[in-house]
Amino acid sequence: MSALAPLPTRKAEDWRYADLAALEKLWPLAEAEAVVVGAGGHHARAIVQTGGGITRLALTLEAGASAVLHVLNAGGAYGRVELDVTLHEGADFTLGAVQIAGSGETAEIIATVRHMEGKATSRQVVRQAAGGTGTVTCLGKVYVAKGADGTDGEQSVRAMLLDRTATANARPELEIHADDVKCAHGCAIGELDANGLFYMAARGIAPETAKALMLQGFIAEALEGAEEEDHLRALAQQALEAVL
Amino acid sequence: MLKIENLHAAIADKPILKGLSLSINAGEVHAIMGPNGAGKSTTGYVLGGRPGYEVTEGSATFNGADLFALEPHERAAAGLFLGFQYPVEIPGVSNLQFLREALNSQRKLRGEEPLSGGAFLKIAREKAALLKMDMEMLKRPVNVGFSGGEKKRAEMVQMGILDPKLAILDETDSGLDIDALRICGEGINAIMRKPDKAVLLITHYQRLLDYVKPDFVHVLAGGRIVKSGGPELALELEEHGYEDVAA
Repeated sequence: MSALAPLPTRKAEDWRYADLAALEKLWPLAEAEAVVVGAGGHHARAIVQTGGGITRLALTLEAGASAVLHVLNAGGAYGRVELDVTLHEGADFTLGAVQIAGSGETAEIIATVRHMEGKATSRQVVRQAAGGTGTVTCLGKVYVAKGADGTDGEQSVRAMLLDRTATANARPELEIHADDVKCAHGCAIGELDANGLFYMAARGIAPETAKALMLQGFIAEALEGAEEEDHLRALAQQALEAVL
Repeated sequence: MLKIENLHAAIADKPILKGLSLSINAGEVHAIMGPNGAGKSTTGYVLGGRPGYEVTEGSATFNGADLFALEPHERAAAGLFLGFQYPVEIPGVSNLQFLREALNSQRKLRGEEPLSGGAFLKIAREKAALLKMDMEMLKRPVNVGFSGGEKKRAEMVQMGILDPKLAILDETDSGLDIDALRICGEGINAIMRKPDKAVLLITHYQRLLDYVKPDFVHVLAGGRIVKSGGPELALELEEHGYEDVAA
């Protein structure tokens, strides 16, 4: 999308759940940052967006390259992370993302992963929590080009609604043009397990702490292996406490 | 220690307990036995404060305090431990993290200082050894991927660490093989068979009572205790079934 493009409307799929009023203040957007990881190279990065804003990243992995991306998108009126990932022969991409939104906040991830050549692997884990009137959205697309055989793509998107007034949108999408492909995607939106909360209470843990612990456990998988895992966990913990 | 008087309780307006009375003193082990649907598990859940279990009449005092006036976590801090028939899995939260949080939450409510990581680990190691449980298991998420027997042993490790005054153990023997049953039974004795503690065992079968000898056995049927006696009552039930007493 060009920076000169007009403000999108809800008719545009990728902006359907966006906070357009908040977007207007951020418009026009800068071009996506382009990162190319050369053949056999490795790239690791954490995108931490804790006060809203828009991060756009176009990542290209040449043959045999790998990248591990972690995202913490929490807080602020409108936080959006756009990822456009292109994988060549045998490339390996891992995404672990956490989104947290409280009242008046919208957090969204729009991720497109393109398997352009064979034997590339991608694994995406997105964990989200929304409280109050907050909204979390994950639009994730995996595209497998013709001839990209041996593709292995995995997508797991889950959201916890902490209040009846919170919203979670999830749209997993697969577009596959090759034959020999393994693509799995799972998506679930739910509430904290009442049995688990009572179990914790029966051991002496107060309700607010029990919820925070369960949510910590819930998001842990997405932050696993991050270079600054402890730091990200601590930031996520703060964001969780703010929405509980 | 625990005095239950004329307890009536309902789940979704359906009466389950219909006038249960029971008194448990420090140093005693009581067993509640009874047929399916008698209200055994409900008794445990009502005393533990599970949401959805409504007390409609009667009272329960725990060391002089009105038990039903306390929130579930406050009951735990007051010294009540509820052992679950089906221990719950909590993904992503390790046993050690869970138990340290639980113990320190309880201590805080009692006005005690929190335990340091080192002091906590020492207790955890000791209790895990008592139940012959590998410390590595306690680093794993709570009950996730544990077998039925491991879950029950983990419950007993929890009980050992939290060191309650009264343990209400709901079918701790279910799902246990012979060795695990003995280990759990010995664990209960080591942790709870003390003059200042008491146990209420809820069970279908006599077999756990071979290891944890009860002082009193009660038969629960139709939401009330219909017969009480000594340990010989459990043997009698094992031989003749519930039909005669529960009729």
